[in-house]
Amino acid sequence: MRKKVSQQPAKERIQNFFEVALGFTKEEALEEAKRCLECKNPLCVKGCPVEVNIPAFIKLIKEGKQEEALEKIKEKNNLPAVCGRVCPQEDQCEARCVLNKKQAAINIGALERYAADYGLAASRLPLVVSKNGPATNDQRPATKIAVVGSGPAGLTCAADLAKMGYRVTLFESLHLPGGVLTYGIPEFRLPKKIVLSEVEYIKGLGVDLKTDSLIGKTYTIEELLNAGTKAIFIATGAGLPQFLGIPGENLNRVYSANEFLTRVNLMKAYKFPGQATPLSIGGKVAVIGGGNVAMDCARVSLRLGKEVFLVYRRTENEMPARREELENAKEEGVRFKTLTQPVKVLGDEKGLVKGLECLRMELGEPDESGRRRPVPVKGSNFVLDVDTLIIAIGQNPNPLLPRATPRLKTNEDGTILVDEKYMTSIPGVFAGGDIITGADTVISAMGAGKKAALAIDKYIRDALFAKAKGVPK
Amino acid sequence: MNKIIFKEELSNEVTRIVVEAPQIAARAQAGQFIVLIIDEGGERIPLTLADWDSGKGAITLIFQKVGFTTKKLGGLNPGDPIKHILGPLGHPTEVKNLGTVVCVGGGVGIAEVYPVSRAFKGAGNRVIGIIGGRSKELVILEKEMRQTCDELFITTDDGSYGRKGLVTDELKDIFGAVERSTHTKYPELVYCIGPVPMMKAVSQLTKDYQVKTIVSVNPIMVDATGMCGACRCTVAGKTVFGCVDGPDFDGHALDFDELSRRLKLFKEEEKNKI
Repeated sequence: MRKKVSQQPAKERIQNFFEVALGFTKEEALEEAKRCLECKNPLCVKGCPVEVNIPAFIKLIKEGKQEEALEKIKEKNNLPAVCGRVCPQEDQCEARCVLNKKQAAINIGALERYAADYGLAASRLPLVVSKNGPATNDQRPATKIAVVGSGPAGLTCAADLAKMGYRVTLFESLHLPGGVLTYGIPEFRLPKKIVLSEVEYIKGLGVDLKTDSLIGKTYTIEELLNAGTKAIFIATGAGLPQFLGIPGENLNRVYSANEFLTRVNLMKAYKFPGQATPLSIGGKVAVIGGGNVAMDCARVSLRLGKEVFLVYRRTENEMPARREELENAKEEGVRFKTLTQPVKVLGDEKGLVKGLECLRMELGEPDESGRRRPVPVKGSNFVLDVDTLIIAIGQNPNPLLPRATPRLKTNEDGTILVDEKYMTSIPGVFAGGDIITGADTVISAMGAGKKAALAIDKYIRDALFAKAKGVPK
Repeated sequence: MNKIIFKEELSNEVTRIVVEAPQIAARAQAGQFIVLIIDEGGERIPLTLADWDSGKGAITLIFQKVGFTTKKLGGLNPGDPIKHILGPLGHPTEVKNLGTVVCVGGGVGIAEVYPVSRAFKGAGNRVIGIIGGRSKELVILEKEMRQTCDELFITTDDGSYGRKGLVTDELKDIFGAVERSTHTKYPELVYCIGPVPMMKAVSQLTKDYQVKTIVSVNPIMVDATGMCGACRCTVAGKTVFGCVDGPDFDGHALDFDELSRRLKLFKEEEKNKI
């Protein structure tokens, strides 16, 4: 039997911001690890965007060697405590597990988290130098590389480059590192203490973190290049929030998911007034959207003691959120209003939200995404009685850096244009993560950071070392 | 860590501080702003840059002690640190040699219009300044404005200094004089920064005279880097973001009532903090 991770009971957890999933005990981890068949040709590894040697680390857990298990994971994954919590394993490594044929996949995510938390609890932060990377070249420490953005892609790329021996400066515009891991994902899914510990590990690799540094404003890309930076990795993530484009969207108490989550997660508005950042919120909240971010907004609102509706224009089956998050949200008491399309935000005389006018929908023919297209039911307008609105329907790429960098080419949708090696239109400047793909998962951003680190290393060796004095390619 | 190196009370309500921030001082341009957090647990607030000195590596901030954080900031002294400062942010004001530019500043907005007037003067314009406040002590930076303006007009609501009335009264007279004259022409641009009702009134007046008007907005912001959308405004019916699209916008197209309303969102919460 696949071992499930125990959770705080729903009734209790909606009263606090502590982690929902409690993680494996040592006994549970051992028991689950024993189920691994140690496949010779492991398919799970192929399902992992950063190619963690999953059977090898599980074997070490089985043998009671937690520390070694963590080192094994860290050969490939710089953020295991994060990934163990927020990766959609069910679509990746676990989806490929051969045990799926007979029973259920190994709980790889929970085992990864177990090994990572063991390491953090014991303050053992192994420093692993990549064994698979190209041989160390003594020119690397003199080679300056800048990484822009300290979210999952930036942290991963910076860590990998530091492991190769490069001098890496990691720029973050906010006052705290972590990007979406810090401002976006709530405490109860990913404690900020965990994120900061992972960042400490990466700083321990020699990465120089500079917060309060907005590239494009504080420094420009051209200035970094002129100051002797040999390569730059842009990982600025998804940016400007999208809105619905319906009347009343700029009324007070209409928030983008980004603003709502940033106030609560980064600025800790739930501890107001102890923390100075406020949040103005009524008693009944409608969250628009069906992805993980929408679930996060809904579950945060519940924990603030609100009645919460999740408004989505298709059905639960089409929601892009992880099933686990969807189930958690339902169990906690979020009321799903599916096949519902907002058409107008209603306001009172003070300009505060006093209701959301919606249309009922029905599913028609499949659209280009293969999902059945929602079609409005004529005359089905009704008003949802809410006083706060959170819009979680996605983001557009942040235009700030491209605007400040004329040589940097973008695609029509505003994402940064890169070639297959993650290189942008400026030689030596690379980009990866949400800024090239649009909003995606933490792990795919990490995968991009990893591949970009290899591409940057190759670029530097080809372009610079070779030129310098015949260092073999 | 950015240390305060100088502090001066310009009035009971308005304080000037000079803060170490070499990188920002080296790059700042007129019209830009910064975001600061005073200490652990503090909120992020945007403040327009009143001045900067790249040689000394310092920036000048002038603020009215009206909110939780500005009151706290006003309580700091030389030697005290400000934990985080991010900047310079926002598009700089578009400064060209246009001919005649009228720079209008109201209250603490005078501090913000000052570097803009200096930039327009530096670009070769004839600069007319109009600065106003509720009373004499709120009319700040008169000396500095006199240096950057070819002509300077001062108004106070209570008549305790300069002309009794509003900045729009002075602007009306300037336009009126042009209207009556056969050889003078309207200014090419009016640049205005101050309380929202003042910017609205100025923009309505200049619209009647069809004089291009730029206003600098001060919406609520959180990250101020184009991520949260708190600072959204409506310009010509379209949603724009104060932090990455602004802070300067066309005064004839901006929805001032919406801006005014959105600025009041946290009034209740502010009360609970103080």
